Amino acid sequence: MPKDHGIGASMKRREDVRFLTGRGQYTDDVSLHGQTHAVMVRSTVAHGRIRSIDTSAAAAMPGVLAVFTGEDFKDMGGNPAGWLINSRDGTPMREPKRPVLAHGKVRHVGDAYAAVVAETYAQARDAAEQLAADTEIEELPAIVDMAAAVADSSNRVHDEIPDNLCFDWGWIEDNRAKVDEVFKSAPHVTTLELVNNRLIPNAMEPRASIGEYFPGTGDYRLTTTSQNPHLHRLLIAAFVMGIPENKLTVVAPDVGGGFGSKIYHYGEEAVVLAAAKKLGRPVRWTAERSESFISDAHGRDHVTKIELACEKDGTFLAFRTATLANVGAYLSNFSTATPTFLHGTLMAGPYKVPNIYVNVKTVFTNTVPVDAYRGAGRPEATFSLERIIDKMCRELNLDPFEVRRKNFITPDMFPYTTPVGLAYDTGNYGATLDKAMEIGDVAGFEKRRAESAKKGRLRGMGLSTWIEACGIAPSHLVGVLGSRVGLYDAATVRVNATGNISVMTGAHSHGQSHETVFAQIVAEKLGVPESAVEIVHGDTSKIPFGMGSYGSRSLAVCGVAVTKAIDKIVAKGKKIAAHMLEAAEEDISFADGKFSVAGTDKAKTFGEIAFSAYVPHNYPLETLEPGLEETAFYDPANFTFPAGAYICEVEVDPETGKVDICSFACADDFGNIMNPMVVDGQVHGGVGQGIGQALLENTSYDENGQLLTGSYMDYAMPRASDVPFYTVDYSCQTPCTHNPLGVKGCGEAGAIGSPPAVVNAVIDALHRGGLTHVKHIDMPVSPSRVWSAING
Amino acid sequence: MHNFEFVKPSTIAEAVKALAREDAQALSGGQTLMPTMKQRLAAPAVLVSLTGIPEMRGVCRNGDALEIGAATTHAEVAREAAAAYPALAGLAGGIGDPAVRNLGTIGGSLANNDPAACYPAAVLGSGATVVTSKREIAADDFFQGLFSTALEEGEIIISVRFPIPERAGYAKFEQPASRFALTGAFVAKYASGVRVAITGAGQDGVFRWSDGERALSASYAADALSGLSVSPDGLMADLHGTPAYRANLVKVMTQRAVRAS
Repeated sequence: MPKDHGIGASMKRREDVRFLTGRGQYTDDVSLHGQTHAVMVRSTVAHGRIRSIDTSAAAAMPGVLAVFTGEDFKDMGGNPAGWLINSRDGTPMREPKRPVLAHGKVRHVGDAYAAVVAETYAQARDAAEQLAADTEIEELPAIVDMAAAVADSSNRVHDEIPDNLCFDWGWIEDNRAKVDEVFKSAPHVTTLELVNNRLIPNAMEPRASIGEYFPGTGDYRLTTTSQNPHLHRLLIAAFVMGIPENKLTVVAPDVGGGFGSKIYHYGEEAVVLAAAKKLGRPVRWTAERSESFISDAHGRDHVTKIELACEKDGTFLAFRTATLANVGAYLSNFSTATPTFLHGTLMAGPYKVPNIYVNVKTVFTNTVPVDAYRGAGRPEATFSLERIIDKMCRELNLDPFEVRRKNFITPDMFPYTTPVGLAYDTGNYGATLDKAMEIGDVAGFEKRRAESAKKGRLRGMGLSTWIEACGIAPSHLVGVLGSRVGLYDAATVRVNATGNISVMTGAHSHGQSHETVFAQIVAEKLGVPESAVEIVHGDTSKIPFGMGSYGSRSLAVCGVAVTKAIDKIVAKGKKIAAHMLEAAEEDISFADGKFSVAGTDKAKTFGEIAFSAYVPHNYPLETLEPGLEETAFYDPANFTFPAGAYICEVEVDPETGKVDICSFACADDFGNIMNPMVVDGQVHGGVGQGIGQALLENTSYDENGQLLTGSYMDYAMPRASDVPFYTVDYSCQTPCTHNPLGVKGCGEAGAIGSPPAVVNAVIDALHRGGLTHVKHIDMPVSPSRVWSAING
Repeated sequence: MHNFEFVKPSTIAEAVKALAREDAQALSGGQTLMPTMKQRLAAPAVLVSLTGIPEMRGVCRNGDALEIGAATTHAEVAREAAAAYPALAGLAGGIGDPAVRNLGTIGGSLANNDPAACYPAAVLGSGATVVTSKREIAADDFFQGLFSTALEEGEIIISVRFPIPERAGYAKFEQPASRFALTGAFVAKYASGVRVAITGAGQDGVFRWSDGERALSASYAADALSGLSVSPDGLMADLHGTPAYRANLVKVMTQRAVRAS
């Protein structure tokens, strides 16, 4: 019998009741007395010098309360980069200031250079159009192509950076010469140039912010779409606006998806706060969908040359990569970590490969800033590895399943330190590969292929065996790697006098099911029903200082903080119980919601202990404080390393180039599972996003830096009909060795592992169909690209 | 969206009169106009709804022809034309999604003449007649380029009269993002010959593929097209396909339309 509650039960999501009945409370649902409306004025050119802005006509329009330009914010701090990367020559990265509103120059289509606040949205919009008409911008040549950007020092995104280069990073530089030596003498070398396509996050809820200022106390409040309200508060208070941290409250209510794009602080948040102070009234801003396309941080956008040196039997000897990574016009908060320490350190995959060297040149262009997007760096690493391994297998006529198996790090080798600096704690990659081959019915493939052939379709099978480093932490390690913040998390467990429980978490749920899963953990550990547990998140005035949710870290970091706080509650409960039961503390045991004296039938329920803590009439007040509330901060010893094997089957229509995904089998090792249904959902969603990247999502700029895919008319999102029914398995569990829950995280896995499985399957289909001249097709593998490759 | 005045006449005469007002714009299902207005790319002063005029609604069989009121929704056509003209009903049932099909109308689609819309292919492929508030316009004269038709200022489409073919079929290849026709082919076989209309591919919007018509008139079978090649000249190039790709799709989709007929 599967459990019906507690850890491991597929409990339905309590938050869905409000989400699915329209009772969610998102930022734009908040309505405040006296509120005003802000509209941003955004650049329509990719690169230009602001010659003049005449605000007078806009300011005089009906209902207009204030007009702001970059000039009003020029003395504020810049929006900082959270991660310092040094170039190969030891020099620090270039960090141009990212102002609240563009000042002097505009650097991408969508770059906001002014804002208008009015009584109504329509009035603000009218005045914003007037302001745009009264602005003179001298258009400069746009810098779009990365290779051209670094080659031409005459045209600069930032005037002070001559080659548009943020940094030139080598990982690990000391290994470079050795790797080059291996390539010189290797029996076989495979080379592949590929693009990891730029993606636009497209969270269902667009970004929104409401600024309030309370003149009586000098307090600010920002209600905003954030994945990490304390990080937002820190960035705004300490770096941008110079407000004391304790005078700013950041509230992130229900948030409709983030995928990374809502980690970062954006200028609009500072604008609404500054405007609220100036006007003494709440100021609200909600992005239109077309604004989201040109102002939310984009993802990916790497151009990579990867080489693989190996023996003729497919034994890996070395990987060498050279990547151009686009950061766009400015550094977004974690944009420098994504192509480096979330990418280069993963270039070993799940393989024992003795020599690896990674070079990443990160480039400024006149495009929307690029930052972490579901998977962040790890999908780029996985795609490069899994594509070149497949290409090598074709060149040497080797079985892609057996080549991967031959090169796997085996269970007896853990802990295993890779040549790119990570120490994997545990795993069993052969087991997940076996499981994927079983649930993907590899043995039955030929029969299915023959059926497809009867319909004129080419059927192929693609494999990807992936690993990621997630549970993003630990502080000591990320600090060495350049992080300017810590990456612990925190939770407070407050047992109320009536025995129910409030849990305040640093993690923020914007789709991840924290309200359900954290409650299951608390209920299991304290022996109380889930209905007695409330999860509180998203308000800096209520929650402890945690770092929020991204990098598949909520459970592996904050979930552990919750359990540590519970351990403290139980420890204190034992002291109270010992007093009440007149027993020694070490004789008290806690199980199933009862504190008992060992070897007797004397016991107190959890509720009785809680009541006693708040009504301490019979209580050891001389040695123990009343109350029952504990906070724990948890900073892990290492990353966690989920891994798995994905098998995708496709049919290609050779007449049109259209790819249909027939089946997708995922065998993952996420360590211990808290709620299988939620894990299913995370894998389904992640693989759906990966299929979107692989087949559909194409962010295209023209040579003038105009976004050609600025709406759903041209930017193809995956729809239900584009994805198959997934076969998901996570029974191959090697629990994480360094956290007490044994959990690894599952939020990004699908988006990391799936794109190469899809592309490998398409290439496989074409080769089995005799179209062996097609070596690679860049993502998105759209019908026209497939057809052109076939007929090229 | 800017403010506008909204009127909903119940007769064609009232509608024509209302459209004579300054900056007046006809509104049918609004599936193109409303998003355009939301983006402030259009700002008519008066919107004249055409959905409240009884003679502009419904599907009616008159002998060998099917007459469809201009304000009839795609969903209604999908349902009510299914018996008389299944290829047309199938085309209507494949436009957009249910929300679009329950609001969008055949008249609105034709008046807009989006180069990737489905209906122009059916109208041109059937050699239909567009009946307006002023006259009757043959399909071959109606479509005049991208978003351009023979309609004059203030002229309203009242209905469309489709001669019912012996056989017909429609096949479209969807643009991956918008799901409009990247290339769609409508094939209709009449006693007088076969007509083939292509949407989504032409730089000037919907067009007839005359080589295909000749081949199919001689022998109505998909294989009759095998030896033909389509010139990419005059075909559209965009993110979703080159002219050469669309040229390929013209033939492939026409073959599939024949097979579906």
